[in-house]
Parts: sequence; C-alpha cells; structure tokens
Amino acid sequence: MVIALLFRDLKLSVRAGGGALIGVLFFTTVVAVIPFGVGPDLNLLSRIGPAIVWIGALLSALLGLDRMFQTDREDGSLDLLLMQEHPLALTVLVKCLAHWLGNGLPLVIASPLLGLFMNMDEVAIGATMLTLLVGTPALTFIGAVGAAVAVALPRGGLLVSILVLPLAIPVLIFGVSASYAAVQDPAPFMPPFLILVAITMFFAVLGPLGAALALRNAGD
Amino acid sequence: MPQIAVLTKLTDLANPTRFLGLASRILPWMAGITAVLFAIGLYLSFAGEGDYQQGMTVRIMYVHVPAAWLSMMCYSVMAASAIGTLVWRHPLADVSHKAAAPLGAAFTLIALATGSLWGKPMWGTWWVWDARLTSVFVLFLMYLGLIALNRAMDDPGKAARVSSVLILVGFVNIPIIKFSVDWWNTLHQPASVIRMGGSTIDSTFLWPLLIMAIAFTMLFFTLHVAAMRNEIWRRRVSAQRRMAARMAGQTLEKGV
Repeated sequence: MVIALLFRDLKLSVRAGGGALIGVLFFTTVVAVIPFGVGPDLNLLSRIGPAIVWIGALLSALLGLDRMFQTDREDGSLDLLLMQEHPLALTVLVKCLAHWLGNGLPLVIASPLLGLFMNMDEVAIGATMLTLLVGTPALTFIGAVGAAVAVALPRGGLLVSILVLPLAIPVLIFGVSASYAAVQDPAPFMPPFLILVAITMFFAVLGPLGAALALRNAGD
Repeated sequence: MPQIAVLTKLTDLANPTRFLGLASRILPWMAGITAVLFAIGLYLSFAGEGDYQQGMTVRIMYVHVPAAWLSMMCYSVMAASAIGTLVWRHPLADVSHKAAAPLGAAFTLIALATGSLWGKPMWGTWWVWDARLTSVFVLFLMYLGLIALNRAMDDPGKAARVSSVLILVGFVNIPIIKFSVDWWNTLHQPASVIRMGGSTIDSTFLWPLLIMAIAFTMLFFTLHVAAMRNEIWRRRVSAQRRMAARMAGQTLEKGV
C-alpha cells in the first residue's frame, strides 16, 4: 500500500499538471535574477553564492506546498486516506517523501548548475548540494503541517508560505552556515551539518504527526 | 478527594456563562490592581537615579524587559490553551488562544520598538541581525500568521483546532528565543535577572523592574480576560443574528 501510494503521488507530480518541474524553473529564475540586482561582479557572486542558492531553493520548495493535500481533497481521495486503518501519520510521511522526490530532489540536482552560474568553486558547490540534499526534506516536512492546516482554505497558497517560512528559518541558518564552513577554513563543517541532520530528523517526526492531527481536524 | 474537587471547580469555570459571571466580578479588581502597580512601578522607575554609564536611557529597560518576557509568556499561554482545544475540545480554550494572539503580537511589537529605541544610543544602531532580535522578530511574524489563519476561516471551531496544531508546532521557537543569548555570543546581553548564582543587576534597578514585570503580567491577564469576554459575546451575538435570520425566513414562508 505504501509503495503504491508513493508511486501514485510521484506519477501525479511528475506528469502533466503536476507542476514539479515548475519548481526547478522558478529556482533557476530566482537565481538568474540575483545578478541583475547586485551586479555581475563575479567575486561578490561567488561569496554570496551558497546563500543565494539556499534562499532560491527555500522559496521554490514553498511553491508547490499548497497542492500537497489540496488535489487529494478536491478529487475525494483524501477522505479515503483518512478512513483507512494505517496510522495517518505514516500515510502523511509517505506523501511527504513522494512530494520531496517530485519537488525537492530536482532542486538538489539543479543546484550544481546554478552554483556554476554563481562562480562558486567545486568544494562550495559540493557542500551546497550536500546540505540541500539533507535540508530540503525538513522543508517538506515543515511544509506538510502548513499544507494540512490550510487544506480547507480556497486560496491557501500564500498563507501556507507565510506560516511555513518562520519555522523554516533554522534549516536555512544551519544549511547556509554548513555550506560556508566547507569553504572558509577556520570554521568546522561537521557541527552545523550534523545540526542540520538533527533538524531534518526532528521534523520528520513532528511534521507528519502535526499534519495528521491538522488533517483530522480540518476534515469535517 | 481534594483533587476531584479542584477538577470540578475547573470544569465549572470552563462553562462560558460561569466564566462570564466570574469575569464581570474580577475584572474591575484586576484592572484596579494593574493601575496601582503601574503607578508604583512607573514612579519608582522615574524616581531612581540613572545608570552611571547608560544615563537616562536605562529607564527604557523597565518597559522593554517586561514586554519581552510577556511576549514569550503569552505564547506559552496560547500553547497551553491549544492543548486544551485539541485534548479536551474545550470552547473556552479556543476563545483563550484566539484572544491571546493579538495581545502577544502587541507585546512583541512593544519589545521590538523599545529595544530599537534603546539600541540606538547604546549600540549605535537601530537594528542588528543578532540571534535574539531575529528570533523575537520571527515570533512577531508567527503571531501575525496565526491571526491571519484564524481570520481566514469561517467556522470558529475548526479555525481554533487547526491553529492549535500550528501553535504547538511553532512552540519550538520559544526555547530558541529564551536561550539564543546563551547559545550564540552576540550583541544582546545574556540573561541577567534570572540566572544561576543570583541576579547581576543592582537592587536599585531590580525592584522597579520586578514591580513593572508584575504590572505588565497583570495587564496581560486583565486584557486577556476582557478579550475572552468580548469574543464570547461576539459569538453569541452572531449566533443570535443567525437565529433571527432563520426565524424571519420561517415567518416569511408561513406568510406566503
């Protein structure tokens, strides 16, 4: 059942109308807009590169969140998911994984190319990609709570972003500081990276539980 | 069975009508105590001498520090009410955290504004992206997000349950704010009033500060009870309006 749900969600998000690749497009556009704003100074760009790539990824991860449960609610499958005997938190966890594979992983894969645009060196690109790989699942788990809370709202998309962003700030802080620590010598890479892993683990538990609670209460 | 007696007392209080009765009885007292405490606290704050280093600006502390404490306490009250909503499905708990959110936002804004005014003469800047300032700012944004979420839904019961989930998830931020000054060594000074080994603040400053803190806490509870009372009345008015509209519809049908 778990595998079937995973594949169903993944197919829905990748095929037409799913909007998974729109996220990558948005990510590229955000990063491409930055040099127009701060000027094409390559030294400056390579210095702020990891932060820009992280912020771009954060914003694009928010983009698809509101569709996470809303499409299921519209076609009625959310009620079926609520009624089955599996624990709802587990179902939400699977949905989060599918959402991450469809929306988060493409961002991670696209990040080295954008790092190249930002004139970052190889170590910085690798570190940013690694921190994104570890950090973006946390964004999906936090976002699941926001998506579940706003599932019944007709225009919840903007509200989800406002509710989720404050909670996502620790992920951004430690993701960016780990990426910088890999490049700048005196700062060690492991402590912020391990904290980032811990945050992801923490929200992997709290996110699905909170989202399941909100879904049960939002469905009337 | 004293425990059961206490529990029945609490359940009695949880009845909105009883709550309204109690509120109308104690609100004048609470308001009076708050006013007296503020009078004493403000007098003491202005009577004392300025700090030898900070001069007159040290008086900002008497407003800034209590407001900052309350911004966190208010969120804790909301989190406790959120548990009440989710576990006991209590209508009064719904009202409680809905009424507390704007108060919390107001206290957080006061703490941020006075902190900024204090920072200009002391640190030479209105704002720094220091750990505590940033996390309090994030708390302010969370209050606003919760107010927005509560307003976005028509059904008050559902709005309360859904925002309770978010309040509890957002509670993660409170320890981060509390310990941000100890974990990250930044511009904002570490905790100096309540800490191991006694306070580092001189007693001439400590007494006015404590009285102001109690005054602010009383102010919060007075406003909170008043806001809860208003919210209960607002719900009753809208329920009666709906009923009146239904009755009007029925008489119209009969007439035709």
